[in-house]
Amino acid sequence: MGFLAATGRAFLIFLEATGRLALFTGSALSHCVRPPLYPRQILRQMIDIGYYSLPVVGLTALFTGMVLALQSYSGFSRFQAEGAIATVVVLSITRELGPVLAGLMVAGRIGAAMAAEIGTMRVTEQIDALSTLSTNPHKYLVAPRLIAGLTMVPLLVIVADIIGVFGGFLVGVYRLDFNAASYINRTWEFLQPVDVISGLVKAAIFGFLIALMGCYHGYHSKGGAQGVGAATTNAVVSASIMILVWNYLITGLFFSTK
Amino acid sequence: MSTPKIALKNVTKHFGPKKVLNGIDLEVAKGESLVVIGGSGTGKSVMLKSILGLLTPDSGSIQVDGQETTRLRSREREKLLHKFGMLFQGAALFDSLKVWENVAFGLIQGAHMPRAQAKEIAVAKLGAVGLTPDVAELSPSELSGGMQKRVGLARAIADEPEIIFFDEPTTGLDPIMADVINELIVQCVKDLGATAVTITHDMASARKIADRIAMIYQGRIIWTGHARDIDDSGNAYVDQFVHGRADGPIKMQIKAL
Ligand SMILES: Nc1ncnc2c1ncn2[C@@H]1O[C@H](COP(=O)(O)OP(=O)(O)O)[C@@H](O)[C@H]1O
Ligand SMILES: [Mg+2]
Repeated sequence: MGFLAATGRAFLIFLEATGRLALFTGSALSHCVRPPLYPRQILRQMIDIGYYSLPVVGLTALFTGMVLALQSYSGFSRFQAEGAIATVVVLSITRELGPVLAGLMVAGRIGAAMAAEIGTMRVTEQIDALSTLSTNPHKYLVAPRLIAGLTMVPLLVIVADIIGVFGGFLVGVYRLDFNAASYINRTWEFLQPVDVISGLVKAAIFGFLIALMGCYHGYHSKGGAQGVGAATTNAVVSASIMILVWNYLITGLFFSTK
Repeated sequence: MSTPKIALKNVTKHFGPKKVLNGIDLEVAKGESLVVIGGSGTGKSVMLKSILGLLTPDSGSIQVDGQETTRLRSREREKLLHKFGMLFQGAALFDSLKVWENVAFGLIQGAHMPRAQAKEIAVAKLGAVGLTPDVAELSPSELSGGMQKRVGLARAIADEPEIIFFDEPTTGLDPIMADVINELIVQCVKDLGATAVTITHDMASARKIADRIAMIYQGRIIWTGHARDIDDSGNAYVDQFVHGRADGPIKMQIKAL
């Protein structure tokens, strides 16, 4: 009986949390498309996400591309398929590793910062102050972050794709002694638009999820510094898990074989 | 009698198992300055936030200018909040914005005033609370507690509200700075001709600011009267609070619940 009650209670809490998140998402989305928007806030968030994440995303992509080339060479040479390396690198980067790794890095950087900033604003009553100044906090705080996440992470992933492929090229040409021209040829030969597009769709959704989790957990944090800390952790963990789950779902949508 | 500016009838609010407001009845007349006194954790802030709609009461009625506000939609709520200004307990300044942008916030975002014009007004309002124009360019984290309260006050009055709430305006300040803030509050309220509700447990502050005083205890208003009658209220609870005695009808919860 105690077990049933506990299960039931946990289930109710889960339903309540899901409902609260759905309401939060709906309200925030509606504020993204209803004026007035706050261009200054949107710009500030875009710079924060797009520009200041470049170093960490670039480094991640560079070393991922490099290690991909190295790994596939040592693996593929077992069955004389070294020629496929360039193709493997470009497909892995554009379809999977570019968006997923950039998403995870941005989740750590931006999701955490958003949750901490909004959480601090919550516990110091700054969010209440916004309301009393006739400014809707969802519109002023949440909508700009969602818009920035949705638009800037795809741009970051374009950069990550380029740098990642370049990393593979460096290892291929300078370490594994491929001919540069033929490596580049091989990179383009089997690449299709859908490879890049699916990666960018993923990036947009990941960016949205990162901002949503950062805002949601920050917005509902309570109880001082400890609460803000918990919100930050929850934002990063939930965004990371959602990225991995959605990555699978979107891949299924784009590439499920008929 | 004319409609009161603010009228609360039997307002209740609980958080989890804890009943914070237990049926608040309170009226504030237009233009008067009401001070609500009461111990820490008795629901004073929750009461103010319920009036502003930052918290939704469980039951009861809250009217502003005769208009019921407990079931307002967010657009109407935004419009209603134009009437209000609030000084928060911790000042609640936006730390990502400069001091003048804080003061001008309601003018720029709420009233859509051009930034240059809003800045002029902000600097003037800072002057009204005794801050020089060079403070305007600082960030809130560079200010002392007393200065932050002043900026919060300037922000609360910038949009010339009809009703101003002050949540513990002197808590955490030294006695001299507390008195400066009290005088600023009295001055600002008089200049605007506003209706004011101040929450405090600082009796010196209450005496200075109040036309009328109400005492809240266990989520109810247990006494209201003129400020000059506070010393012979005939109410044992009020007496104990006013004189700050440990023994009396109010028993402090020393052990945690
Ligand atoms: N958002 C909230 N969630 C849960 N409990 C709250 C919340 N706001 C206030 N409380 C509780 O309500 C009680 C009254 O709080 P408050 O009105 O802030 O007291 P005070 O009279 O000191 O201003 C406190 O015990 C506080 O813990
Ligand atoms: Mg309080």
